Amino acid sequence: MKHGKWPLLATFLLPPLALYAYFVISPYAQTFVISTTDWHGLSRNYNVVGLDNFKRLWNDEHIWNALLHNLWLLLLLPVVTILLGLFLATMLNVGGRSGRITGVWGASVYKLIYFAPQMLSVAVIGVLWTEVYNPRSGLLNAGLRAIGLDGLAQIWLGDPDVALAAVIAVMVWSNVGFYVVLFGAAMQSVPKDIYEAAALDGASRFATMFKITVPLLWDTIQVAWVYLAIIAMDSFALVQIMTRGGPSFSTDVIGERVYDVSFGDSQFGYGSAIGVVMFFLTLTITIVALRLTRRERIELS
Amino acid sequence: MSAQDLTRRAVLRAGAGAAAVAGSAGLLSGCALGDDEPETKSDKYEGTKSDKNPLGVKEDAPLEIVIFNGGFGEDYAKAHEAMYKETYPKAEIKHSAVVEINKTLQPRFVDGTPPDFINDSGAGQIPLGDLVAQNQLADLTPLLDAPSLDVPGKKVRDTLLPGAVASGTFGEGVYALNYAYSVYGIWYSRKLFADKGWAYPKTWDEHIALCKTIKAAGIAPWTYAGKHPRYFSWAVLSTAIKLGGNSVALAIDNLEPNAWTSDAMKTAADAWYQIVKDKYILEGTPGLDHKQSQAEWCKGKAAMIPNGSWLESEQKDVTPAGFNMSVAPTPSLGAGDKLPFEAIRGTAGEPFIVPAKAKNERGGLEYMRHMLSMKGAKDFTTKVSSLTIVAGSTDGVTLPPGLSSVADALKASGTNGFNWVYPVYYRKLERNLVDAACGDFFSGRTTPDEFLKACQKGADEIAADSSFKKYKRTA
Repeated sequence: MKHGKWPLLATFLLPPLALYAYFVISPYAQTFVISTTDWHGLSRNYNVVGLDNFKRLWNDEHIWNALLHNLWLLLLLPVVTILLGLFLATMLNVGGRSGRITGVWGASVYKLIYFAPQMLSVAVIGVLWTEVYNPRSGLLNAGLRAIGLDGLAQIWLGDPDVALAAVIAVMVWSNVGFYVVLFGAAMQSVPKDIYEAAALDGASRFATMFKITVPLLWDTIQVAWVYLAIIAMDSFALVQIMTRGGPSFSTDVIGERVYDVSFGDSQFGYGSAIGVVMFFLTLTITIVALRLTRRERIELS
Repeated sequence: MSAQDLTRRAVLRAGAGAAAVAGSAGLLSGCALGDDEPETKSDKYEGTKSDKNPLGVKEDAPLEIVIFNGGFGEDYAKAHEAMYKETYPKAEIKHSAVVEINKTLQPRFVDGTPPDFINDSGAGQIPLGDLVAQNQLADLTPLLDAPSLDVPGKKVRDTLLPGAVASGTFGEGVYALNYAYSVYGIWYSRKLFADKGWAYPKTWDEHIALCKTIKAAGIAPWTYAGKHPRYFSWAVLSTAIKLGGNSVALAIDNLEPNAWTSDAMKTAADAWYQIVKDKYILEGTPGLDHKQSQAEWCKGKAAMIPNGSWLESEQKDVTPAGFNMSVAPTPSLGAGDKLPFEAIRGTAGEPFIVPAKAKNERGGLEYMRHMLSMKGAKDFTTKVSSLTIVAGSTDGVTLPPGLSSVADALKASGTNGFNWVYPVYYRKLERNLVDAACGDFFSGRTTPDEFLKACQKGADEIAADSSFKKYKRTA
């Protein structure tokens, strides 16, 4: 067995690694090369322009505008999604009032409902919500009017003041179900007697949430944070389907810039430069998020 | 290394090394940029020229055709392919219809192995200006100078409507065949107007008065593709060109300084601002996309909509019976207008191209010659309900109401027709910059002055950007 291990490992590891290198790492590496050229993506001709694309990027107001929206996403998406996810997971797992530590009545049905958006592709979600947001025949305005809240009816995706919030709301909606399940699973592994002890000591639900649930789930929350930060930096697919960055660039994000500049204007060199910047930003944010949220591990037993 | 040393960490490290090696190998072999291209003109299919075969097609050479599968579908192309096959029975035709032309064909352009004939259209269109700038398109002049397939004694060039060749001309050469003839104007339902006793307004004052009447009747006078607000820029530009003449369009196409803030543009924008100020636009319109706004119009919620002649076939499934849609020119601003009321924007659209590196370039051109025959054009018009650039090809064809109104409008417009091509030269300027400015203007967030300044800023941005190849036109 001693000598059989390496060939075995090589057999199972090298082919996938080679595939990964060819289809994932190599295009990434090429992006770095392309970002220093003025390649138009329609022929093999290109000139090496050094760092010109990055200088141009620095002075491009559309880039800064898009970055600002990514920043908003970065602030709002993880916070709202995690808080909502924690709240819903608590309700579904330890929120019941029957005296035992259990979820609210009908928890298993709710779990299914919350998780449902996970089963839809982003394209479906985008088209679905575009119709929901339709200011004339959409479900949202019709619903608001039906309950007498006519004043709250909006043009939604057509109003630059509202559009970004409307898109973020859809992102939260489509992501929160996954974190409800994730946090729920983590809560299941917390010994019930901890909650029972807290209940006996007369801890309020609020205190239980922040003194017991959050610290015990910290590792999971940290993972959720990193995932959501990456989603917030990208957020291309939904924006592309719902608004294409409009109206008036009010929902533009960096991912949309990469696409628009590359495929719309046939400037793959410049588009790659934006992609490279996006890569480093995402990497930095991930590292920072991991560092800042690092804590002592709490042993459960 | 013993088995004990074989920790998880060691395996990962070895794996990373392997990945790095494989990665750099991949970088060399599969690089998108590649080496300088090997110019191999010699391996193109070439046959001998004759009277029946004026372009010198190799009769048994395979022909690859890629069609954009959009509003026009792909059936018309199959009919044209059958015609080609009739002439060259030995040729094998490979047909494919795709929605994302760019994603499908961009790698093949880079690779130097594009298909022989492309319908480059749709949202995933490859920008023509860029293709020309990268020398990727074949010059269509030999085709235009070849004899027509079924109009005896005439060159292909002489069978086309005025302006058809110009719209595909970039600098010295003709690189795109814009096959469908589109008219851009204001659309309304003849039935609605007749039922209510309204007449389509010819002057601006009549137009505003009519808007008042329409609104009083509980209908919104206007709607537009709120999420693609550039549709409304067509009406503003048309109004300005009718006021100030073709030089207005010329200045904009040539990216001249202050072209967008010219007096004619100012007067036109001020006029259109009236319908924003007086709330003559259907509520919620800025949040509707083109299909949603067209649907509201078809439902009779709005009376007028700025659009192009593809509207009828796009709305085919939802237009109520007897709706009787019709196109009209924008109202005249006043007696000082340089062009008459009847002048309408007409242009050849729907580009078809033959790549310069196509193996069967001659076959691609010959296929175009079949499209441009009287039979091919008639077939297209009946199948997709759109005019073509082939003159007289609608004779004897029964047209649906919208299309026959297009044909009438075109006839009335005569030699006063006008057009602008800046969206073809600089796609970004219309699709992104003017689009955003129109969105702000028509939803009432900016004044006419701010609107034109925003457009001008976009044009200046393009003019100053050396990464866009610049084109000039003189007429």
